[in-house]
Amino acid sequence: MPHKTFLFFIWPSLLAMILFIALPIGSVAYQSLFIEHEKILIEAKNCGPFGCTSQVSVDAEAMARLRAEQPAGRFNGLGTYTNPTHLATDEIADIVATSKNFGEIRSRIMNLPFYKALIFTLAYTFIVTPLVIILGFIIAVVVNSVPKLLKGPVIFFSLLPMLVTPLVGSLVLFWMIDSRGIIGAMLQSLFNDPTLSLKASPTLTWLTLFTYGVWHSAPFAFVVFYAGLQTVPKDTLESAMVDGASRWERVRFVTIPYLAPLATFIALMQLMDNFRVFEPIIGFSAAASATSLSYLIYNDLRAAESPLFGSAAATSMLTIIGVIILLLPVLRRNWREFNRKT
Amino acid sequence: MTFTLKASVAATALIASAGLASADCGIESGSVRILSNDFSALHAVNDWAQKCATDKVEVTKNETEEHKNIQVPALTTNPATYTVAVVATNSIVPLMNDNLIRPLDEYVAKWGQQLQDSQKVYVDGKIMAIAFMANAQHLFYRKDVLEENGIEVPKTYDEMFAAAEKLREAGVMQTPITSSYMPGWNLAAEFVNTYLGTGKDFFEPGTAKLAMDQDAAIKVLEAMKKMTEYMNQDWATYDANAQKPVWDAGEAALSINWGSRAGAYIAADNPSPEIAAGTAFAASPAIGGGNIPTAALWWDGFTIAKNISDEDAEASFRAMMNGISPEMMAENPDAAVWLIEGYQPTPAAVGVIADLQGGARPYPMLPYMGMLHTALGDNLAEFLQGKESAEQALSDVTAAYNTAAKEAGYLN
Repeated sequence: MPHKTFLFFIWPSLLAMILFIALPIGSVAYQSLFIEHEKILIEAKNCGPFGCTSQVSVDAEAMARLRAEQPAGRFNGLGTYTNPTHLATDEIADIVATSKNFGEIRSRIMNLPFYKALIFTLAYTFIVTPLVIILGFIIAVVVNSVPKLLKGPVIFFSLLPMLVTPLVGSLVLFWMIDSRGIIGAMLQSLFNDPTLSLKASPTLTWLTLFTYGVWHSAPFAFVVFYAGLQTVPKDTLESAMVDGASRWERVRFVTIPYLAPLATFIALMQLMDNFRVFEPIIGFSAAASATSLSYLIYNDLRAAESPLFGSAAATSMLTIIGVIILLLPVLRRNWREFNRKT
Repeated sequence: MTFTLKASVAATALIASAGLASADCGIESGSVRILSNDFSALHAVNDWAQKCATDKVEVTKNETEEHKNIQVPALTTNPATYTVAVVATNSIVPLMNDNLIRPLDEYVAKWGQQLQDSQKVYVDGKIMAIAFMANAQHLFYRKDVLEENGIEVPKTYDEMFAAAEKLREAGVMQTPITSSYMPGWNLAAEFVNTYLGTGKDFFEPGTAKLAMDQDAAIKVLEAMKKMTEYMNQDWATYDANAQKPVWDAGEAALSINWGSRAGAYIAADNPSPEIAAGTAFAASPAIGGGNIPTAALWWDGFTIAKNISDEDAEASFRAMMNGISPEMMAENPDAAVWLIEGYQPTPAAVGVIADLQGGARPYPMLPYMGMLHTALGDNLAEFLQGKESAEQALSDVTAAYNTAAKEAGYLN
């Protein structure tokens, strides 16, 4: 395609991408370099229903003048990125210098909020993604062999977890695994342990979140694989049958290689999605045991009375960098294949 | 589902109040737009403010738990989306920091004869808010259960643990205590309450420098950890909303909970009437040999936006005067501990009043308190789960607070 035609076709989406993706990311990156102005405090006698005290408050008018002069705040460079709630470079140097052994280094680093969130995010991404691909593939193969009459209803029910809004889906499961809920009570009687609770221990909470993640995303993999299965060449399958390949051998040597590019596609999407895991942490009230990078951003913006925009922006940029690092191997492979073909 | 429920309740309230709209507040014209939190006492106030609506006076309301996140952007626009922001001790701070609310002295002089001096919230000599109710956490207990087992109403944390132990040993309840220990805002509120009971302060006076008393803070954390030992193992997922079902199911006999929720626990239409009948209230227990109730006192009040016309501001003030009128209180005596003149405490108010009389301390109305609250909410759970020491938890809190306070410009 000549470059001119290509440009002609691409410009509307290019414009939309610049307006709605590139510019906001640019503005977030810019914000992450700034912190708020130094607050001018005044001390005065304040009175309320419970008596009078001498208290400090912010001199709002002086602050308004400062903000009018420099709306973005004070330039802080990469200071927010390296502070204790993000990459914590000083703290890590200190931990490495003062710890006795590797175990202590590890546990002390894992206590830093950013790394605590990162380790859960990575664990979630790398456990849920492969399981989603495998489970999605299995469901697709099974559904594909279901009699035609049942196919519609089976497909519909297999898709349900994906149709439910993540927050609602996680809340539904959260109530079901409550010790008074149907799953929670069943597990208790199954293991004969009235104190068993999936919400109580961090390990079980992680497992619950992983299970939820697989439950929620498997239908996506299933849909993609199912569509792919319809295009697997029948004659290759038939010749494999003539050669005496068993059902398993046909799946292993014909279907799987044929669907491999689809698996790459699903892996790509799932790595991106799972790295941004957020809703289940809210839905399962799991913040005590698991936090993710997206949760940190949410916390900076919503938990405090005054949002910390710089901190949230820095975490957002680090998340974007994380996604890029994660996708690099997959993208590189695609690039190589592309070059081989041309 | 809750949304449709809320919407239909709001709609019903709207229709009901429209029917009663004959009460003329004497406002000539103007637009009153109220933003508030979502609980029954505020519904009562807002409904009464809405009675001022006439052909020329528009009164609308938005009652939502998201009010804290909405208020700053909504009042920053000019004209502001809301003319009235109903706030509490903590949520007035961001509005003042950004200079979004106006002094009320002029309106108080003109239209505020019904107000008592204690209702006027002065900041730097100017009235910035009108308080109308007090709130605090206090002890909820099952009178019937305690009496059956020969237990006195606990006045200290040690007595509370002894009571819980006795109930557990007698096989009455395995997890007799319940409280909102969900990490985040709830857990931090519990820590702040208990720490205030030690009589110590959070900050160096006049600065944003964190200066928690280490020994007192550790004592508080240890008491909180002991609390969790008598709670349902899922305590880390229980917020304030999760308390009542547990209580109504008869699974707990001791609870530290909000005064504003007390009315519902003993209401005649409670789903478990026998439990409601056995529920009583007392001051928060004291800690560490002291006698201060471990509770922070809160007020709820209203503020008027700065970025609106003077006409709307005056109309808003007058409508809210009707909202917090003694007539409103006469209709809703149980809904809150009112600060309005002529208030007679009801059985639901016993706990908050006991806190007040016991000398409980107000929640600090400091510009940087919210950041400490967040830091506490994020960093105490691991200690309570037994994953780290109290010292480590406190040093994590300090690190998180210092980082946030530096970014917000309070510390260097």
